[in-house]
Amino acid sequence: MSVLESTATELLAELTAGNVSATELAQTYLAQIEKSDGAIGAFLNVDAERALAQAKGVDQRRQAGEKLGLLAGLPVAVKDVLCTKGWTTTCGSRMLEHFVPPYDATVISKLRAADAVLIGKTNMDEFAMGGSTENSAFKRTHNPWGLDRTPGGSSGGAAACVASSMAPLSIGTDTGGSIRQPAAFCGVTGMKPTYGRVSRYGLVAFASSLDQAGPLARTAEDIALLLEAIAGHDPLDSTSANVPTPVYTSSVRQPLEGLRLGFAREHFGAGLDHEVDAAVHDAIKVYESQGASVREVSLPHSKYAIATYYIIAPCEASSNLARYDGVHFGYRTDEKAMLAELAEERKSLERAGDRVKLEALDSPLVRMYRQTRSQGFGAEVKRRVMLGSYALSAGYYDAYYVKALKVRRLIREDYDKAFEDVDLIVGPTTATPAFKLGEINEDPLAMYLQDLYTVSANLAGIAAISIPCGITTAGLPVGLQLQAPPFEEEKLLRAAHMFQQATDWHTKRPA
Amino acid sequence: MGLSRDEVAKVSLLARLRFTEEELDTLTTQLGQVVEYVRQLEELDTESVNPMAHVEEIHNVFVEDIPQPSLDREEALANAPKRDDECYRVPAVLGD
Amino acid sequence: MNDKPYEIIIGLEVHVQLQTRSKLFCRCSTTFGQAPNTQTCPVCIGMPGALPVMNRRAYELALRTAVALNLDIPEFTKWDRKNYFYPDLPKGYQISQFDLPMSRNGWLAISDPKGAFQPKRIRITRAHLEDDAGKSMHDEAAGKSDSRIDLNRTGTPLLEIVSEPDMRSPQEAKTYLTELRLLLTYLGVSDCNMQEGSLRVDGNINLHIDTPEGKVATPIAEVKNMNSFRAVERAMAYEAERQYEVWCENKIKLGDKPGGHKTTRGWDDNQQRTVKQREKEESSDYRYFPDPDLLPVIVTPEEVEQVRANLGELPAAMRTRLETTYGIDPYDSDVLVNQGRELVAYYEELATASGDGRRASNWVQQDILRTLNENQQSISNFAVSAASLAELLKAVQAGELDNTRAKDVFDQMVRSGESAADVMSSLGIEKVDASAAESLCRELLEANPKIVEDLKAGKTKAVGSLIGQAKQRNPNVNPSQFKDMCLKIVESM
Repeated sequence: MSVLESTATELLAELTAGNVSATELAQTYLAQIEKSDGAIGAFLNVDAERALAQAKGVDQRRQAGEKLGLLAGLPVAVKDVLCTKGWTTTCGSRMLEHFVPPYDATVISKLRAADAVLIGKTNMDEFAMGGSTENSAFKRTHNPWGLDRTPGGSSGGAAACVASSMAPLSIGTDTGGSIRQPAAFCGVTGMKPTYGRVSRYGLVAFASSLDQAGPLARTAEDIALLLEAIAGHDPLDSTSANVPTPVYTSSVRQPLEGLRLGFAREHFGAGLDHEVDAAVHDAIKVYESQGASVREVSLPHSKYAIATYYIIAPCEASSNLARYDGVHFGYRTDEKAMLAELAEERKSLERAGDRVKLEALDSPLVRMYRQTRSQGFGAEVKRRVMLGSYALSAGYYDAYYVKALKVRRLIREDYDKAFEDVDLIVGPTTATPAFKLGEINEDPLAMYLQDLYTVSANLAGIAAISIPCGITTAGLPVGLQLQAPPFEEEKLLRAAHMFQQATDWHTKRPA
Repeated sequence: MGLSRDEVAKVSLLARLRFTEEELDTLTTQLGQVVEYVRQLEELDTESVNPMAHVEEIHNVFVEDIPQPSLDREEALANAPKRDDECYRVPAVLGD
Repeated sequence: MNDKPYEIIIGLEVHVQLQTRSKLFCRCSTTFGQAPNTQTCPVCIGMPGALPVMNRRAYELALRTAVALNLDIPEFTKWDRKNYFYPDLPKGYQISQFDLPMSRNGWLAISDPKGAFQPKRIRITRAHLEDDAGKSMHDEAAGKSDSRIDLNRTGTPLLEIVSEPDMRSPQEAKTYLTELRLLLTYLGVSDCNMQEGSLRVDGNINLHIDTPEGKVATPIAEVKNMNSFRAVERAMAYEAERQYEVWCENKIKLGDKPGGHKTTRGWDDNQQRTVKQREKEESSDYRYFPDPDLLPVIVTPEEVEQVRANLGELPAAMRTRLETTYGIDPYDSDVLVNQGRELVAYYEELATASGDGRRASNWVQQDILRTLNENQQSISNFAVSAASLAELLKAVQAGELDNTRAKDVFDQMVRSGESAADVMSSLGIEKVDASAAESLCRELLEANPKIVEDLKAGKTKAVGSLIGQAKQRNPNVNPSQFKDMCLKIVESM
C-alpha cells in the first residue's frame, strides 16, 4: 500500500488493523511536506515535533487497547484561521504574525478529541478575503496542477496540500466559496456545510453570518469522516444549530434511489468556460445513467448574489476586524517613529499656520490605530474594511445593508422553492479552471466575480460540495458543485460518493 | 456615479485606516467600481421583503449565569504589543 | 420654583449594572475590585474567533426591570453592534440594542411628600441591554504619556434606561433617580452602588426661555461624570444658570449654526461646575447593524404577564397601602418605604401587633432608625423584635409609662435584648393606681395654694411644677394623666 496514494478512509482501516502506525503516517506526510511544499507553499507553519508527539501518543494508546477517537492517527492540516492553543494563528496577516491563541477553536478541540494528528497550519488569503491565496501576507501558494496557477482561495493551502498528498484531510473555511473554489481548482473534494452545522467558535471571523468551516479531502467518504468529527452543536456558538449529527461514515455509501437533480439555467451563463460546461454536462449524464432525474429549476435572484455578498460580507468584516487595533493583541506600529512623525507634521502645520489641518490632526492614539491598521492589513483587507465602513455609515445603511439583507432573503426563497421539486442542485463550482497567479489580482471586481456560483449557498446558509468532474485539455481540474437544502449534508455525501463510484476524476493526481 | 475622494478620506478615519494620496486615488476608483456594481440591487423591488439578518430561525439562545474560571492574567496579556505587569498600555486616552 | 424667566428641561440616561454573577456574553466573574485583568477571557477580550453567548439571568433581570417601569415589551428584540474605537472596548464595538430594543414607552411616577412639585410621571423612552466597557487609567507616574487598560469590567451587563426630557427642576431629577434606585433595589436587579459604578447617570439639559418672541430653547448640554445624586442636582442647577447666562450674552438657540449643537460637559465636583469636554475625534457615526453572532429573543405576552405577576410589591404601591392600612401620612410612608422592604416588614409587624400604626411609624422613624444609624446596623440584625417592641408601645398606649420613660426602656431593651416587661420591672416601672395618683394630686394641691389660684385663673402652665414634684415623689407618675387629674380637681374645687 502506498500511504500517499491512499484515502483517509483506507488509511484509517490500515491504522486500525495495525498495518501502519500513526507515527509512520505522520513521518510519511512530514517527509512529503519537506519534499513538496517548497514548490507548493501550502503550509504557513508545520510543527513536526508536535505532530510526531501526538502521533506517538495515539500509537501508545492504541497499543494499550484504549478506545480511540474517530480520526485516530490521521494527519489533518488546518487552515490558519482556526485558533490553536499555544500555536501561532496568523490568518495570513501581518497583523497576527505572532498571535498565539490561549484557546482552541471548537473544531480544533473536536479534532483533538477525535485523536487526529494536527500536522500544520495552511496558507490562506489574509483573513480569508480573496480567491487566489495571493492575499496572504506571507507567501504564495501554487497550484500543484500547474505551478504558475493559483490554487484558488481563500483556502488555497488547504486544497493544495491535499492535492499534493501532503495531508489526507484538511480543514478550510468557506464564506463565499473559499472551500469549494480551491477544491475545484486543485481537483479535490471540499464541502461547505450548512450554516450552523459546524461551530464557528475559534474560527477567526471574516463575515460571521456567512463563515463556515468544512472538510477538504480526496473523496466523499473522507469528507464524511472529517465532517462527522467536527460537526455538532456547540454551546459556545449561539448560531450553532442544536441538531443531531448523523453518522455520515455509515450513510455515505448508500446510493440515493430516485435522485432528483435540479439544473439551474443561471449557473450556465456568459463567461462559463466551454470545457467546464462540457465536463459538468458529462457529469450530469453520469447521474442520469445512475437513475437520477434532472429537471430545470429557477434561481432568478442568483444574478444578484455577488452584489449582495459584496455588501454583507464587507460590512460584517469592517466590524469583525475593528479589534485589530494594536491594543490588546497583534501588531502595533513603531510607536516612537509614529510619535516623531506626528510631531513633525504638527510642527510643519504650525509653521504654515494651517489651523484647519491642525485641528484635524490625529491624536497620538488615533494615529496609532490608523498606522497600525494600515501597516498590519494588506490591500484587499483594507479595501473591504473601507467598503463595509462606507456601506454602514450614516445615510447609506438602508440603501446598502438593509437592501442586501432583503435580497438575501429572496435568494434563500429561490432555493426553498427549488428544493420543493429537487433533492440537489447541480452545476459548475467555478466558471473557469484555475487562473494564473497575478492574472486578476489587480482587479478587485474581476476577482469578486469569481465567486459567482458559490456565494449563493453562503447567503442562503445551505450546504454545498465541490467534487472533481473533469480535466481540461490544459490539464487543469474542473469542479462539480452540488447544493442541498439546510442540514442535508448526507444527501450531498451520498450523491458525491455515487459519482465517485462511477468516475475516477477524484483519483487523478497532478504530475 | 461612484463615491468621491473626500468620502473615501472620511471613511478612512472612521475605519481607522490611513492612506497615501496615491492610495486614496486608487481606492476611490476601485471602491467606486464596486459600489457601482452593487447598486444593481436597486433595480429589485424589495418593499415588502423582510431583511434576513440570520439564515437560521433560531432564537432565545441563553446560557446559565454560572461563573467559570477566567484566563490567568499572563495568558490574557501575553499577546499585548505593549503592557506592564497588570495592564495593557496605549498612547494617552484624551478627553476622558 | 424658580423666579427666572425660563423652564428647565432635563432628561436622564441611567446605566445600571445588573446583578449577575457572570458577564453578559461570557462566564467571567463580575466581582468588583479584583486585581486588573484577572477577570477576562477570549470572549470579553475580543480575541480573534471568540463568540458571545447571552447570560439568561441578565436578560431576565432586564425584563423584570422593564416590566416594573411600565415599559412595553415587544415580542421581538435583537442585538446590534455599535462600532467605535476605544482602548477599553477590545472588540471595537459594543453589543447594544438600536432600533428594536427590548422595551420602550414606559414611565416612573415621582412625587415630593413635602409638596415641592406636583406628583408626575416621568416618561421612559426605552430600556435596553448592552455590555459594559473596561477602564482606562491615565498613568501619571514617571511622566509617561500612556494610559493603562483594565478589562475586568468589560462585558458586565448594563441596562440603559433613557427618560424623556420630562423633569423640570434639578430636584425632580434627583427625585427621579432616588425613586428609580429604590425601584431597582426592590426588584433586586442591581445594587446601584454609585461608588463602584454600578449606577451611572448622564443628564441632558437645556432651557426654554420666555422672550417677547415666544419660547426659545437653548442648546442641549449632556453632562457626564456626576458621581452622586447630589452631584446631579447641583450639576443641573449649575448648568441651568450657566446656560441662562450664556444665552443672555450670545442669544444662541438650539440648532443655530454655529454654536447651537449639543455639547458634552463634565461635572467637576471639586470646583462645583461643569466643564466643556473635548469633542470626539469624528462625528459619532456608530455604524449600527444587527450582530450576526447573536440571535434575537422572542418573548410572548404570557411570559411578560408572568414576570409582572412575580414582581412583588413595588415602592409606589407599598406607600399607598401603608397609608390606607395604617393611617399614616404620605411623608411617613415615604420615609419607611425608602428604607427598603425589610424595614417595612418590621414596621408592619410592629403596627399590627401594637395596634397603632402612627405610633409605630414614629418609633420606627425616630428611635429605630437613630439606633440603627448609631450602631451601623441593619434591621435584619436589630436586637429588639417587632413583637417585643409592640409590648412596649402597648404599655405606653395604656398609660403605664410616658414616652420619656419608654425611651429609657427601649434603650435598655436594645442593650440587653430583654423584653419590655422585664426592663420595666427592673427599672421599677409600674402603673400608679388611680386612687394613689389622686391622693398624691390632692396632697400637692393643698400644699401649693398659689398654684391652685393660677390654675383657677386659667394659667394651666402652672401645673408643670406640680408634675415635677409628683415625679420626685413617684417616678412612675404619668405626667399627662396627672395633669388632667389636677385640672379636674381644681375645676371641682
